[in-house]
Amino acid sequence: MNAVAESVFVAQPYQAVGDIIIDCKVDKIFYGDFLAVRDSTVPIEKKKITGFIGPSGCGKSTVLRSLNRMNDLIQVFRFVGSVIYHGQDVYAAKVDPVLVRRYIGMVFQQPNPFSMSIYDNVAFGLRLNRFKGDMDERVQKALERAALWKEVKDKLKNSGLSLSGGQQQRLCIARAIATEPDVLLMDEPCSALDPIATRQVEELMLELKANYTLALVTHNMQQATRVADTTAFFSVDISHGGRTGYLVEMGPTKQIFEDPREQLTKDYISGQFS
Amino acid sequence: MSDFDLTMPPEAVRPTPQLSRQGFEIRALQSTVLTGLTWLAAVLAAVPLFSVIYLLLAQGGSRLFGSDFVEVITGLPPAGFEMGGGIGPAIVGTLVMVGIASVISIPIGILAAIYLGVLDPHSKMANTSRFLAKVLTGFPSIMAGVFVYAVLVIHWGYSAWAGGIALAVLMLRTVVLAAEEAISQVPQRMKDAAYGMGCTRTQVIWKVVLPTGLPGILTGVLLAVAGAAGESAPLLFTALFSNYFISELSEPTASLSILIFNFSGMPFPNQIELAWTASLVLVLLVLMFNILARLIGQPKV
Ligand SMILES: Nc1ncnc2c1ncn2[C@@H]1O[C@H](COP(=O)(O)OP(=O)(O)OP(=O)(O)O)[C@@H](O)[C@H]1O
Ligand SMILES: [Mg+2]
Repeated sequence: MNAVAESVFVAQPYQAVGDIIIDCKVDKIFYGDFLAVRDSTVPIEKKKITGFIGPSGCGKSTVLRSLNRMNDLIQVFRFVGSVIYHGQDVYAAKVDPVLVRRYIGMVFQQPNPFSMSIYDNVAFGLRLNRFKGDMDERVQKALERAALWKEVKDKLKNSGLSLSGGQQQRLCIARAIATEPDVLLMDEPCSALDPIATRQVEELMLELKANYTLALVTHNMQQATRVADTTAFFSVDISHGGRTGYLVEMGPTKQIFEDPREQLTKDYISGQFS
Repeated sequence: MSDFDLTMPPEAVRPTPQLSRQGFEIRALQSTVLTGLTWLAAVLAAVPLFSVIYLLLAQGGSRLFGSDFVEVITGLPPAGFEMGGGIGPAIVGTLVMVGIASVISIPIGILAAIYLGVLDPHSKMANTSRFLAKVLTGFPSIMAGVFVYAVLVIHWGYSAWAGGIALAVLMLRTVVLAAEEAISQVPQRMKDAAYGMGCTRTQVIWKVVLPTGLPGILTGVLLAVAGAAGESAPLLFTALFSNYFISELSEPTASLSILIFNFSGMPFPNQIELAWTASLVLVLLVLMFNILARLIGQPKV
């Protein structure tokens, strides 16, 4: 018939086993006229780690940042679909994106501490939420869990910017978990870290999983196998002259890596490992 | 057995690299000459400032730092053949008018900079007002005086208010441009982090953008204050002059720059000496603001 109706690939829906905390159904995501991501259903399971993998530019960050409406800050961004969080569509007109971000926290690829003391960085979110309890204790606990306490306990008054890149990233993680968000989105949080710090952050993620839900973008396949319970593999479709990302396959990490259903997944994973 | 080919002497394989400096190479010579020239230029650039300060210290220093210090700082200007006297009213007048100008221009300037730097940096409105602020930078300062004269002084007479407003017009451009520069240099990553924590746009501005940009903003403010303190042309049309301490803001007011202008043209040695002293005070005042600006603007590690 016509070209539009020509069948496009859509991933088989992933049947989650546990509770779904964020049910993300992307129909289309645009930056201006550019179709960045299409037809991707990514359920995020409660108290699990969901990994996003795929080649560069396939829209992993775009989908991740859509979950807490971080992309709203980009003026040309447009989301078509739904993100159901605790029964409410995050994109509904009456929803305040600011509140969404208080529950769904974020750690960025580039460490981005504020130009204030280490202590104030961690206390920032607590103050924002008018936390009334023992601030010192909460700051210490967050820094300990981010595996940074030992290195900074004697210089909490120093600027957060005076730390090394890896330390800054762990500071950002401490800052994000200090407020105990419901869900934590992490966009390649370890790309600025050395292997030891990476291990520490991975252990932290596994520990956080007991109470929180995590979604993690990573380029490191081993990392995905080490920490992710569920893995979503995205790819880029360049067949129609565009560069549109889409979900290829989502499933339990073990199945994705050992017994992928799609040839594309198989190729990507074997390419990465060989 | 060794792996080395011992039949060939080592220096035949590769000459020893010559790394020591070659004194008379053209390249080295050029470098020395050019370095010398830039050094000379740097010294020349500093000559005017140092000679002005030297001259002022030589001519006005003894009066300011001598036994008359208190009289000079607090006394009224002398009449005709009178001896002694001081420049108290001018010092107070300058400070008051710079104060009025700061109270007007700093809040407006910083608010405008927030609009230009954060809220809507690429809108038509922002581009237009940024352009106008830049045009204002090349605006002759006497025009600010003429403008305020035409709008205010004609109706209400010479006053400290009018002087302060004229100075505010001149300070505004510096404050806006410096504060916008400081604000827009706050990295997007930091703003993203704040939004990611669940800050509203207002909170991002108050808790992250302004504190981070503060050193730059203060530098701009202090440079604007220093510039305004030294202005004379705009005050000529607006505050005029007075021999007495200011008692209300709606009367003609003395200022250091106008005092210097008036007294330096008088035929009395005492007044001329006071003009030198006033110049020294003014330069020290401006220098102090500049040094403060430098100290605050220094990046903290
Ligand atoms: N702010 C933006 N404006 C316009 N296009 C954008 C913007 N951000 C991303 N894109 C486009 O959207 C597509 C997906 O980008 P995205 O950053 O989500 O990829 P990614 O999978 O995270 O890649 P990487 O692994 O390199 O981080 C890319 O083609 C990119 O050019
Ligand atoms: Mg990315």
